[in-house]
Amino acid sequence: MNRPANSPPTARRRSARYWLRMSATLLLFMAVWLVWSGYMKPLLVSLGLLSCCIVILLSTRMGDLEEETGWLGVLPRLPAYWLWLAREVVISNFTVARIILSPRLVLDPVMVTLEADAQDPFGQAVLGNSITLTPGTLTVGVETGRLRVHCLTQAGAEELLRGDMNRRVAALTRR
Amino acid sequence: MAIVLDALSWAMLVGGALFVLIGGIGALRMPDFFTRMHASSLTDSLGPMLVLGGLALQSGWSLETVKVLAILLFLLITGPTATYALGHAASVAGLKGGTREYRASDPREPRA
Amino acid sequence: MYIVASLAIVMTMCLALTRALLGPTVYDRVLAVNMFGTKTVLLLAVVAFLNGRTDFLDLALAYALINFIGVLAVLVFFQSSRERAAGKPGEQR
Repeated sequence: MNRPANSPPTARRRSARYWLRMSATLLLFMAVWLVWSGYMKPLLVSLGLLSCCIVILLSTRMGDLEEETGWLGVLPRLPAYWLWLAREVVISNFTVARIILSPRLVLDPVMVTLEADAQDPFGQAVLGNSITLTPGTLTVGVETGRLRVHCLTQAGAEELLRGDMNRRVAALTRR
Repeated sequence: MAIVLDALSWAMLVGGALFVLIGGIGALRMPDFFTRMHASSLTDSLGPMLVLGGLALQSGWSLETVKVLAILLFLLITGPTATYALGHAASVAGLKGGTREYRASDPREPRA
Repeated sequence: MYIVASLAIVMTMCLALTRALLGPTVYDRVLAVNMFGTKTVLLLAVVAFLNGRTDFLDLALAYALINFIGVLAVLVFFQSSRERAAGKPGEQR
């Protein structure tokens, strides 16, 4: 951890954004606990609250909550993106299924490099995962904003380089 | 209405199972490692979406629906992450498998 | 219908096992094992509804967690043992 040596481990000055992030994370953990336990007895709920608080404490000490990943701001824009992504996934699934089931496998695998429009690591991670989730394209490396993508066909590579998904992810994770 | 929902959920369940099966066949038929990964991504994307979506429709609105959808969300986030780790490890190890470089718009191509 | 879906998933698991046995590289085997794991999650979810025992869903989620961590751990293990074989100090992460 790179905090000044003379400040105590529990620094008093936490930003308002930290508290917002922390309470959002706590709410998420608590919702997961309630869904998976399904019991509303006071003892079990308070045990759940206790374990959620311990996890929050541990993440704070690990510095996980210091980083500004911006996932909170993404939430309202997420449903529209998911709908679009689901459409893409369905289309490319049918394409790849047809390739697999054709009697002669006609493959033309190519490797391309894609410049990510999204500047921050979070946006690039979302882009890489979206590319991998769509069958026919596969992220195999990301380095300083450049994604190495393996494509099953050249048509898929051209579709990817047209940059529709790239632009949408950049708009999604914009601050 | 209930019958329509029922039929839709059955269709999703069977369709998802079909896609999972096609992915399995592809993982066996494909000639090299990276193309096999594409086949297996078929069983990691639309397969779970349809199977678990069908199950969620079957269960109506209950705690089970939320659990099934949470499993689906978890699979859809961790699946590509694991696939990326695998593909990255394989490409670092130098697996190629008849793949050629393709460049359309980007002249500043870094050496692979 | 649950039976049809679970049979298709079990068949896919057999295909994945075949691929794991055939290899040829270690990455093919890890890919097959990862596929086997995610199919296990799906099978558990379908069997939960087939038997009407929805507590199987908890098992499905636990299995998904273990599968994900397991695949990452195996990959890290192979990467670091390859680096040690090449005489390089292991990269952190």
